[in-house]
Amino acid sequence: MYRVVKIEKIKDEAKGIKTFRFHDSHKVEPGQFYMIWLPGVDEFPMSVSYVHDLKGVTVKKIGKGTEKMHGMKEGDKLWIRGPYGHGFKVEKGKALVVGGGSGMATLAPLIEKLKDYEVIIAARNKEELLFTERFKDVKIATDDGSLGYHGFATELAEIMLEENTYDVIYTCGPEPMMAKMVEIAKKRGIKIQASLERFMKCGIGICDSCSINGYRVCVDGPVFSSPLLFEMDELGKEKRRPSGLKVKI
Amino acid sequence: MLQVKVGTLNLRNPLILASGILDESGETMLRIAKNGAGGIVTKSIGIKEREGYENPVVYEFPGHMGLLNAIGLANPGIENYGEEIRIAKKGGVPIIGSIFGSNEDEFAYLGKKMEEYGADAIELNLSCPHAKGYGMEIGIDTELVERIVKKVKREVKIPVWAKLTPNTSNIVDIAKSAENADALVVINTVKGLAIDIDARMPVLSNIYGGYSGKCIKPIGVRAVYDIRREMDIPILGVGGVENYRDVIEYMMAGANAVEIGTAIRYKGINVFEEIAKNMESWMKENGFENAEELVGIVQRR
Repeated sequence: MYRVVKIEKIKDEAKGIKTFRFHDSHKVEPGQFYMIWLPGVDEFPMSVSYVHDLKGVTVKKIGKGTEKMHGMKEGDKLWIRGPYGHGFKVEKGKALVVGGGSGMATLAPLIEKLKDYEVIIAARNKEELLFTERFKDVKIATDDGSLGYHGFATELAEIMLEENTYDVIYTCGPEPMMAKMVEIAKKRGIKIQASLERFMKCGIGICDSCSINGYRVCVDGPVFSSPLLFEMDELGKEKRRPSGLKVKI
Repeated sequence: MLQVKVGTLNLRNPLILASGILDESGETMLRIAKNGAGGIVTKSIGIKEREGYENPVVYEFPGHMGLLNAIGLANPGIENYGEEIRIAKKGGVPIIGSIFGSNEDEFAYLGKKMEEYGADAIELNLSCPHAKGYGMEIGIDTELVERIVKKVKREVKIPVWAKLTPNTSNIVDIAKSAENADALVVINTVKGLAIDIDARMPVLSNIYGGYSGKCIKPIGVRAVYDIRREMDIPILGVGGVENYRDVIEYMMAGANAVEIGTAIRYKGINVFEEIAKNMESWMKENGFENAEELVGIVQRR
């Protein structure tokens, strides 16, 4: 069953990315997601970027549903179910947070709960950087060098890991980036948590659409931890189409 | 204690994963096998790759009142399914390949491919309530059901199970038309519809869906009971099995084993182990040494 919520505030965050705020009394852990239904259009999963009373989802325009959502106004309604899934577990010690593109939306509420941490915010260019003003003292990386470190988030992360000691890595972003971070964490023997994404249908763990190596992103994830992440050989390599057919990424 | 036979197929326990739930990918099926299922029925596989319907494809009723789904027979296509079966087989439990077609030739082709891939049995989907030209639309035609079952039986050596729909005026007639099968699977979901009154439209993109969960159990138990009263064929009881009492109820009505699906939403994939443990305890307390002793004991002939 859905709950109908009214959009209280809409904010332009970055190129093609908007945040929608609404009231929902359900408790949400950082890393969990809602299923958002736009009646007559589509239903899709969306991680929660603000987890307090005034909830928020930060939406990148990527398809039919998200495009329709970008055209919505304050006062319009959303149909939601959830929150679903397992979120991030806050580990002791110093954390390195690596967010690529709209992946920062998932990591933002986690960062608010951390005490000792450093954050890398990365994107293809400076127009697509997300939440650089929401958090102080962040490191920035852009693929084109238009702001901050010129190169991939994973390259900047390796430099930081070389210079400092971290106890845990949290990451969310494009899958090749996350796969690389998992590889780096494994090599260095550091714990890692990553929020994964797969084409999702039911959101409640029964349809097998979003499974990766036999684990359901919607229920067993979306946040997975090491050592399970180290064993997932489909990560960064294979995914499934809506039909279930396995294809190369 | 829980070992049962369904025809010639031996199962370590009577708890089989039902088709359509977590059985599209080989790795997931392998994980379910490692978590205690006695057998696994795959997602229904057809001739061609199919994406299924657009979201929403599942609606969850509040208060654990079950699910309405219209996934739309999403599947990678039979030519792409061999690897999934191969991986699932590593779990060491029987893998039953579910297939759907629009006529007996398609079913026969799909059945032969499943056999070639190593499936231990075939389940004919004659009962999906939400796909035009497939499933229930075929499964309520007794002549067509008879032709499909006979044709597939001629073409394959492994056991052939026929999964029947409750969305008919007389499921016993359908069961009799499928009497050449090695087992009957009873029941598939009940055709239903859910409307969101705030959105003023049906929730599922396909409008209609199949209703599953504990609320349909009396419909399934009644169907098993009625068929067992008239036929000696092995029966798989399906519909609303969530705990050991449900399993025993189906078996007392006449089922040789059960299939479990929607319960995974509420109990997780450990549901098989949980039921097996509790069922053994109940049997010990009540003087049963072998699960097969339960089959059909409430029948009055």
